[in-house]
Amino acid sequence: MFASDVLVAQNIGFAIIATIMVIGALRVVTTNNVVHAALWLVVVLAGAAAQYVLLAAEFVAITQVLVYIGAVMVLFLFGTMLTRTRIGAESDLNNKNLFFGIFVALTLFVAMAMALNSEFGSEKMPANPAVATTQEISDQIFGPYLLPFWALSFVLLAAVVGAIVLARRD
Amino acid sequence: MLVNQFLLLAAVLFCIGVYGVIARKNAVLVLMSIELILNSVNINLLAFSMRNGSLDGHTFALYIIAIAAAEVGVGLAMVLLMYRNRRSIDLDELSEMKG
Repeated sequence: MFASDVLVAQNIGFAIIATIMVIGALRVVTTNNVVHAALWLVVVLAGAAAQYVLLAAEFVAITQVLVYIGAVMVLFLFGTMLTRTRIGAESDLNNKNLFFGIFVALTLFVAMAMALNSEFGSEKMPANPAVATTQEISDQIFGPYLLPFWALSFVLLAAVVGAIVLARRD
Repeated sequence: MLVNQFLLLAAVLFCIGVYGVIARKNAVLVLMSIELILNSVNINLLAFSMRNGSLDGHTFALYIIAIAAAEVGVGLAMVLLMYRNRRSIDLDELSEMKG
């Protein structure tokens, strides 16, 4: 009885957050204002963090808030500022592939929805999933996935050096 | 909760991101659409992680977040370079880049 109440609450929460996320994502790709697009992207990323909490992934949710909403969004706003995109509405942000884009996106979505429905139709999530602790995740990262972690460190180093080399004035 | 509801949400976000990559002309907005796509992949990974009761998806989601941060850094540096050389970040005007 109690568990089913929790599940109903989870479903309502999922529906609300998912609606907000889809509206935000649509605004990101349709708005005429670059700064507004960045702020709508914050809404989508925060909604994704909330979905991660629903999926019992608290560490990933916190990382999402720190890295995406904290760092990536500041980068986007700096990029908007430094390229002197007009702060305000602009008319020519879309190219002439508009209808081609709508066609591709709709076709892709129909194909994916059909595949997902036929494969996962009404399969339910496990009722009482174990919440992943940070210790378990670190055991994963520094155990079986150590090599990708090293590779990732090199990627980040290369990205930092590359960004400096690209953006410096000489 | 169904498995499918998370996967369908991720599919919707992915398709919106693909639309943004195709239809947007401003380079910063294209990067934002790529962020949408990467986030939908993360939702998928975590949904499957919960379905299978394994932690591998969490690890990969964290790696994807790190890769996305690096990608945005390099991408915005390239956009900055493009703006410095051409005074414009419209991707349609980069036609002389072809071989």
